[in-house]
Amino acid sequence: MAVSAKKIAAEPVLEEKKSCGLKGVFRRSFLGIPYALFLAMFVIFPLLLIVFYAFTDKNGAFTFGNFIAFFSSGTNISNLLISVGIAFITTAVCLLIAYPVAYILSRFKSARTYIFVLLFVAPMWINFVLRAYALREILNLLGLLGKTNFLNVIIGMVYDFLPFMILPLYTTLIKMDKSLEEASADLGGNGAVTFFKVTLPLSVPGIISGAMMVFLPCMSCYVITDTFGNSKIPLIGKLIETMFGTASDWNMGSAIALIMLVIMFVTMLCTGGFKNETTARGNAL
Amino acid sequence: MEEKIAGGAEENLAGGAREENIIELVDLTRIFEDGVAAVDKVNLKVKKGQFVTFLGPSGCGKTTTLRMIAGFDKPTSGKILLNGKDISALPPHKRPVNTVFQRYALFPHLNVYDNVAFGLKLKRQKVTYERTDGRRFSKIEKLGKAEIAEKVNRALKIVDLEGFERRSVSTLSGGQQQRVAIARAIVNEPQILLLDEPLGALDLKMRKDMQLELKEMHKKLGITFIYVTHDQEEALTMSDTIVVMKDGEIQQEGTPLDIYNEPANAFVADFIGESNIFSGTMTGKRRVRFLNKTFDCVDDFEKNEKVDVVVRPEDVVFAEEGQGMVDGKIVSSIFKGVHYEMVCMIGKTEVVAQDTIERKVGEKVGIVIRPEDIHIMAKEFTVNRYEGYITKHITVAFGDGEFACDVTQLYENSTLDEEGYLVTASGEKIDLTDTDVEVEVGLKDIELVDVDTPEQEGGAAGNIVSIIYKGDHYQVIVRTDENEEDYVCDTEYTWNENDRVSVIIRPEAIKLKRKEEGKR
Repeated sequence: MAVSAKKIAAEPVLEEKKSCGLKGVFRRSFLGIPYALFLAMFVIFPLLLIVFYAFTDKNGAFTFGNFIAFFSSGTNISNLLISVGIAFITTAVCLLIAYPVAYILSRFKSARTYIFVLLFVAPMWINFVLRAYALREILNLLGLLGKTNFLNVIIGMVYDFLPFMILPLYTTLIKMDKSLEEASADLGGNGAVTFFKVTLPLSVPGIISGAMMVFLPCMSCYVITDTFGNSKIPLIGKLIETMFGTASDWNMGSAIALIMLVIMFVTMLCTGGFKNETTARGNAL
Repeated sequence: MEEKIAGGAEENLAGGAREENIIELVDLTRIFEDGVAAVDKVNLKVKKGQFVTFLGPSGCGKTTTLRMIAGFDKPTSGKILLNGKDISALPPHKRPVNTVFQRYALFPHLNVYDNVAFGLKLKRQKVTYERTDGRRFSKIEKLGKAEIAEKVNRALKIVDLEGFERRSVSTLSGGQQQRVAIARAIVNEPQILLLDEPLGALDLKMRKDMQLELKEMHKKLGITFIYVTHDQEEALTMSDTIVVMKDGEIQQEGTPLDIYNEPANAFVADFIGESNIFSGTMTGKRRVRFLNKTFDCVDDFEKNEKVDVVVRPEDVVFAEEGQGMVDGKIVSSIFKGVHYEMVCMIGKTEVVAQDTIERKVGEKVGIVIRPEDIHIMAKEFTVNRYEGYITKHITVAFGDGEFACDVTQLYENSTLDEEGYLVTASGEKIDLTDTDVEVEVGLKDIELVDVDTPEQEGGAAGNIVSIIYKGDHYQVIVRTDENEEDYVCDTEYTWNENDRVSVIIRPEAIKLKRKEEGKR
């Protein structure tokens, strides 16, 4: 008679952990060293350089002169205001377009929604300058180029920064617990009430995140004013470029850059952009 | 001067039929986009003020039914009557029902007070005024601030959360959030409160406390509760009426006592509480044979009918060996707190029993079962029946598969010639291709093997969707993918739900019968 073996039970054999040679020497935090080096070289060091230049004159002597010169010039102040104004208008227009788009995309039940999201995000993958010139040609065809400089700059900015607004909004809306909207309807809220009392307040983190991603780069963007505004709309970013370029006044340029940095910092602080929990990053794709 | 004389809800759908059914489901059906019928022709009447529980495993359609009553899901067909009026077309915000959601769905941007007051702030009521000259007029008004505050405070008091008004909901524990969700629903004084597995996220102790509190609340408020759960104990504890559902259909509807003591079928018996389910045969008037012994019982069925016999573990009483109705041997004993759960082998059949007195493993015992504790129900499946046709390879296609068979049984005394034609007794040659047939396969004639077993290819393949233990064997249902055909089989082997299996049937076990219509 053949003897057959039957499997009764299987026990996993635990291998003893081999002690690592580096144990005691290597710490996980060491993995951060390359990043810290990178940060020091490309962020902190340049920043210190800017601060140094901003507070010194051409001979390297300490001075507040650059700042005094900036704020005593009416043109500079108006440039600053125009920059903030354009950034503000662009952000508002982006929000008005992006919110309905993100809302509709997030409500699609189809499994192919990502194709539509892709359609709105794909332009981000094309070279920025190339895109700008393509739009410029379209505006040229429409006969707008050179005539409506201010409008053209806004169109260019909105076209360029729209995806940065859509993504965080879409992410926030898609993550939102749908039962909250059902709860609102259940408690007697019609479509409008549900939207304004539940959906909109809950998507505020996405709105802030998107606004930051549009507002801040808008302030310093000068390529678009060059391409669309016939260089007629003076932005602060353009001013910095001129100072470092043709005017070769690095001290003044650094001072303006520092002023802008402070403005951005204050904006972030006001909107709570530093709080981790409220930043919904555009990580849908 | 104007004097407020009466206030009432603007939408007063109540009225008319008082003591009657508050809600009635008529042929309610919901078919999802993928073609699955989540709820299939459900008919149900709920009396005003009752505590009704929909009970069933996940995917049985209980939550979909609740969502249709709330208005979040539109029925594919059928009607939902509220106080006799069809509300199936009404959007959720116009229905006088409120829901306590599974994961609470509290508004994270509002504090406890504003969460609870959400519904009240949206409420409009018709207020009638009387002018000094005696004329009356009415206005639609919002609720006053004071009135809202009073109602919110009352609701928070009911759920024991006084003093929490200003707290953010995210700082509350699971149990407290649950209470806020309940307060938010009851503060609107709905005609029906819908609860979708509201206690599922709480720990055991808290759940037990909340069960009793909810039952108390139901008594105090006097409104109708419709409760959804998969927890049979919860259902038995709280409900006036339990509706057991499976595959979108109602299996049984009744009081907890009825459902427990007189389950309508083996599924209900298996789902509600622990039970021994045996295959038995009626041997005479109120006599049933199972465990190789004939027992007296109280249910009457046709003689020789195959039946399922259900005996609850606590109804199995041990006696000394030889003094019971049938003898067996204890093979396992587990202490469960109040009682011991013991398994007794009688022949090849396991009987589970519960008793406070332990019988040691290996001990020989006698078993006594009182006639009224033997619950008999019609067997759901006695034979598998399919419609099929003969293929050109002289096999039979049915139930999403193809099986070798003996076609000569279609005509008496016929034989098969070499070319594959059937030769009848009178010498006539018949081409059987595409002949429609009725197929019968016994439950014991189906063999299941793992799909990946080499050299054993079955005629059909599917997933195991249900397993019910019947004392000495399992009744397994295999469902095919394409047309969802079921193969019900009795097997001694242990399978798991969702196992993928091949179905093997011996050719001689397939019973064929010609269909009257003849050729296709």
